[in-house]
Amino acid sequence: MAKRDLKRTRREAAEWLVERGNQIAGIIAIVFVLLIFVFLLDNALPVLKGYPLSELLGGRRWSPTFEPPKFGMLPLILGSLYVTAGALVLSVPLGLACAVFIAEVAPKQAREILKPAVELLAAIPSVVFGFLGMLLIGPWLAGKLSLPVGQFAALGSLILAFMALPTIVSVSEDAIRAVPVALRQSSLALGATRWQTICRVVLPAGRSGIIAAVMLGLGRAIGETMTVLMVTGNAAVIPQGFMGFLRPVRTMTATIAAEMGETAFRGEHYHALFAVGLILLIITFITNTIADVVVRRAGRLK
Amino acid sequence: MGMRHRISPRVLEKVAFGGLWVAAGVVVVPVFGVIAYMLVKGFGALRLDMFAVSTEGLLPAIVGSSALVLLTGLIAAPLGVAAAVYLTEYAHEGRLVRLIRLAIVNLAGVPSVVYGLFGLALFVMLLGFGRCLLAGACTLALLVLPLVISTSEEALRQVPHHLRQASWALGATRWQTIRRIVLPNAFPGIITGLILSIGRAAGETAPILFTAAFYSLTHPFPRSVFDEILVLPYQLFVMATEAPDVTLEEKWATAFVLVALVVGLNIAAIVLRARLRKARRW
Repeated sequence: MAKRDLKRTRREAAEWLVERGNQIAGIIAIVFVLLIFVFLLDNALPVLKGYPLSELLGGRRWSPTFEPPKFGMLPLILGSLYVTAGALVLSVPLGLACAVFIAEVAPKQAREILKPAVELLAAIPSVVFGFLGMLLIGPWLAGKLSLPVGQFAALGSLILAFMALPTIVSVSEDAIRAVPVALRQSSLALGATRWQTICRVVLPAGRSGIIAAVMLGLGRAIGETMTVLMVTGNAAVIPQGFMGFLRPVRTMTATIAAEMGETAFRGEHYHALFAVGLILLIITFITNTIADVVVRRAGRLK
Repeated sequence: MGMRHRISPRVLEKVAFGGLWVAAGVVVVPVFGVIAYMLVKGFGALRLDMFAVSTEGLLPAIVGSSALVLLTGLIAAPLGVAAAVYLTEYAHEGRLVRLIRLAIVNLAGVPSVVYGLFGLALFVMLLGFGRCLLAGACTLALLVLPLVISTSEEALRQVPHHLRQASWALGATRWQTIRRIVLPNAFPGIITGLILSIGRAAGETAPILFTAAFYSLTHPFPRSVFDEILVLPYQLFVMATEAPDVTLEEKWATAFVLVALVVGLNIAAIVLRARLRKARRW
């Protein structure tokens, strides 16, 4: 009797241990998010303390190797915004059109060509996109536009638009499919055409999912590194007006990737690059949280 | 009267649907076109002597990439699957689960170069691994963790609930049910997710820039996890941007091998998933 009790307690203890073990694995995700913040902040701190925030965020010159060094991040932030905005202007309408096409319009065969094409885009490594941009698309586009250089902001936007496409298409396709069939049927029964139903019923009803798709696409584009490093020319100048798209720019991600390998460990430059990373992390944290909140709220309404 | 002259909704629909077809074409044609061009050009550039054992070049990069992604998988798999088991089999919706999910969403959104910074600060510097295979694998494991968790979760959720109930009814404990019923049934889906994650890791460059990758080595192959390595994506990056004495053929060949590896892993996962779905018993 006592022996059986002991066996039972031992089994219960084992059960408890296993559950806690699995729980800890889940909690590790939270721990690492916090650790990433803490490590970036900690490594950025010397520069954040040494220079006023207005000079870091608003400074117009990024020349970390000059004497005295300048850590004005405005050209890098604007560079990222230019490339990302250009990418979204192309990929949001295109991605939304593809999602509507796949979910509402396309015959089966067309869907089975478009979907693998989009999935293939998601599988190609970003360094390969950069490689193709440098060797193939850049020279071709520069020739067409008669530009002096094959590396410029709009080239980054163009390639990033395709790279952000899988995220935008799949998230907004899910949003469109989640719209109840009854809504579509009511609209069609009232005599609306399929296109009118898509524009005035389906898309408004799937609005939150589409907003989430755009936010996630934005996060993807602004955090993209290798492609942008290889095709946008890396000139740390402030882009101006529309012509800024046709000139070289330098993004936050490209700056970190290009300079971290060459700088002294724990020098001012090293800490400044962590500060750039911290800003990047905060931006993506905000866009992801917005996307998450929007999707969650929409889920609750249903 | 009062009727304004307007385009009929039917005509408008035709035009709009035509526009959607054009959008689909704008995606399909350049994507397949450029990729086909790359595969043909890259495959044509391949030469057997590119695979010779050397301190830089294709062979050590293939070995380095394979070692890197295998170690990444070994680190990410237990952690990711355990977290997924907790979320699907144990947890009740509550504050902790919400926090874990928010953390996973945010981990998935962290830019790859920020993972590189974090890996540099934690694994290379603080833990003292140095720039090596292990530091790179730890960094990449963190990057693919959200993908491992979400694919494993999906696989676990697809195991029908009545299988669990039947097991409990026979007197099995929670863990016995998970170990003998749920995990074996979810195993194919979990493996598919792991292959996808490894494929993702194989193509990443930014996270290993400061944590693992070198362009040329004194020893072609890593002999321990603390050795520096060559990896395909970094090799391609240096060849395309900095390295002076690289022929165009070598560049295209490297791009081809990298894409073949990554896309091959993706196709393997898709084929595996399709076959296992067919073989499913429920």
